[in-house]
Amino acid sequence: MNARSIVALLSGTVFGAGLALGGMTDPARVRGFLDLFGDWDPTLAFVMGGAVLVMVVVWRLQPRLAHPLFAEAFAIPTRKDLDARLVGGAALFGVGWGIAGLCPGPGIAALVIEPVGAAVFVIAMLVGMGLVRLTERNP
Amino acid sequence: MTLAGFPDAAPLAGLAGGVLIGLAAAIMLLGAGRIAGVSGIAARAAGLGGSGMERSAAWAFVIGLPLGALVIIAMLGGIEASFASPLVLAIAGLIVGVGTKLGSGCTSGHGVCGMSRFSARSIVATLTFMATGFATVAAMNALGLEVLQ
Repeated sequence: MNARSIVALLSGTVFGAGLALGGMTDPARVRGFLDLFGDWDPTLAFVMGGAVLVMVVVWRLQPRLAHPLFAEAFAIPTRKDLDARLVGGAALFGVGWGIAGLCPGPGIAALVIEPVGAAVFVIAMLVGMGLVRLTERNP
Repeated sequence: MTLAGFPDAAPLAGLAGGVLIGLAAAIMLLGAGRIAGVSGIAARAAGLGGSGMERSAAWAFVIGLPLGALVIIAMLGGIEASFASPLVLAIAGLIVGVGTKLGSGCTSGHGVCGMSRFSARSIVATLTFMATGFATVAAMNALGLEVLQ
């Protein structure tokens, strides 16, 4: 296991703890946030707000590092174009998110909370990703 | 602490959880130089493209997610969760997989990492999936579809 894998394991573990502590592994809480016109639960806004606030500061520190602690260079997305694929994909993702109250992170973290349901969600998600990849390979 | 007008909300736990998620993204960025976007990393672990990180690191991150949840379960002595039926979860998972692959990210990559650096693509993506998420739940409620068990 190299240093980057240890960094990734630590990051994933802290991430999973944050999701669980913030209530994001409970689909009822997530759907409560998405129920904007009903019995709205603002908890998710605090989760996302807390995470974004930390990262706003971190993004200001990042340029001062010549390179990451355990890698040769930063690999940060550079695209700035807005295309139909981005908007259409995000729109679809929101529909799936709303239906079951799960997005990828909580889906994977919940494998230890609701093993069967979370596994069904994660496997279906990977199938969906694979379908897109198939159509890309055979245009 | 409760929030006036929202007795079921958990603002402090939410904020604490959010700070942890931000720290996790910071560890990934400053340690390995990469975005902590779960959909891309999960795709990479499964060999479906996605993040350009080493596959071993992608697996380590993915394995960490449930480990972190276990830590919280141990600390709190359990955790509440209501899930949909397997059929509904399969449909939702399929749509989430297609959507995040096409849209190059999810709540973590776009919502946390991208929004915080004011990426136009991530802001547009986040506003879009929030809007369709709100609309989906509103439409399901209007139709009387109760999915959580």
